[in-house]
Formats: sequence, structure tokens, C-alpha cells
Amino acid sequence: MPIEVDGKTFETDEEGYLVNLNDWVPGVAEMMAKEDDLELTDDHWDIINFLREYYEEYQIAPAVRVLTKAVGKRLGKEKGNSKYLYGLFPYGPGKQACRYAGLPKPTGCV
Amino acid sequence: MSETKNFMFLNRRAPYGTIYAWESLEVVLISAAFEQNVSLMFADDGVYELTKGQDTAGIGMKNFSPTYRTLGDYEVRHMYVDKASLEARGLTADDLVQVEWEDWETEESVDNIVEVVDSEKVAELLAESDVVFSF
Repeated sequence: MPIEVDGKTFETDEEGYLVNLNDWVPGVAEMMAKEDDLELTDDHWDIINFLREYYEEYQIAPAVRVLTKAVGKRLGKEKGNSKYLYGLFPYGPGKQACRYAGLPKPTGCV
Repeated sequence: MSETKNFMFLNRRAPYGTIYAWESLEVVLISAAFEQNVSLMFADDGVYELTKGQDTAGIGMKNFSPTYRTLGDYEVRHMYVDKASLEARGLTADDLVQVEWEDWETEESVDNIVEVVDSEKVAELLAESDVVFSF
């Protein structure tokens, strides 16, 4: 189902992931969060921005285990655990945060 | 996990033109989740998979070569390259990407897990593996 942000339409696949990564604007994440009844805080944006940087560098969405380790390293040990990440993204930090970030679903995710 | 096995992914084809190289990489990424000892071997045209500076704009395919550089984060400890295959194509270790590995608990690290090995070592490594996935 396509989503609309500021009058622009963004195409998504059957699971709600953005079809064209390059189309992404922050408003996409905000709109997706709104549909999930979630309000994005700076802590959410830290993860979303990290995911976009990771994708830019390695051309894949990281597995959740890799994401957890990387967040611990970059943003501090107290954030590098699944309890913290699931607290932010209750539908799963891999799936939900990647979707907000405009990335494809992480490899190995079902 | 009851038993840890030595998995070897043998890559022998050019990165583009067939789906083998990408499929192999995807299976490697997935198998990291199963806590096995994962190693990769690049031989024949497979050595091209690791070359730096790939540009796929002309063939309309995604350039997935940067993805190899994250394999250290996926618990891959060894990426071997067959020396004879490299030399036959006029390549050296300097033409290949470097892949860092780091244990995030102990901060033990290896600057580059890509290692060029001779044919004898290739045979030895394949013989030592419990499972060889050939792509």
C-alpha cells in the first residue's frame, strides 16, 4: 500500500517496505510510525540514522544481532541490548526500524 | 546449539552474470545466525568477487561488493583466496577488499581476515571442513 507524505506518494511492497530506497525522506519514517501509533524520539532517530549509514556503507540491512552489537559500540553499551531496542521498536528492531529507515527487510529475517 | 561445525563456502564464479556469488553471500549472512565456524574460499573467477572498485552501473545490477566488508561483523573469521587463481588473472592481494574482524567483548581484533593461500593450503582447508557449500 503506497504511503503519502506532503502530497508525495511513496510506493511500498506487500510488507510495507519502501520500494525505492533513494526516495526516502524523514517524513516517511514519521508517517510509518504514526500508522503504528508510535512517536519518534531522538533515540529512535539515532537507530534509524545508524541503519541508513550502515546500508550506505555495506549495501545491506544488518541482521538484528549485528545491529545490536553495532549500536552498543557506537551509542554506548547500555543501548546495545535487545531490551533497549525492543523498547524503542516493539515490532522488532530489525524489521520495524529498517522499514522506517526505508531499507529492505534484513537478510535472514522471516 | 549442540555441535559446532566447520562450514566452508567455496566461491568459484564471477560476481555478475549468474546469481551464484550473491546467493552464496546471502547464505553466509544467514548462517552467521547459527553460530557455526564459517570460512569462505575464493578460487577461479570467484576471486573477482573480492576486487575493489567494482562499478555495476553499466549492467544495471546492484554492486554488492561492499557487503563483503561487513562479514567480520557476521562472525566470519577467515576468507581465503587461491593464489594461483589470483595470479592467473593478473591480480594481487592489493586489488582485493580488506575485511576487519573484531571481538566486541574482548576488543581483540584482526585488521584483515582476507588471506591469500597456495594450492596445497586450499586442499588442506577444504579437507578439514565438515561441510563445503559450492557456488
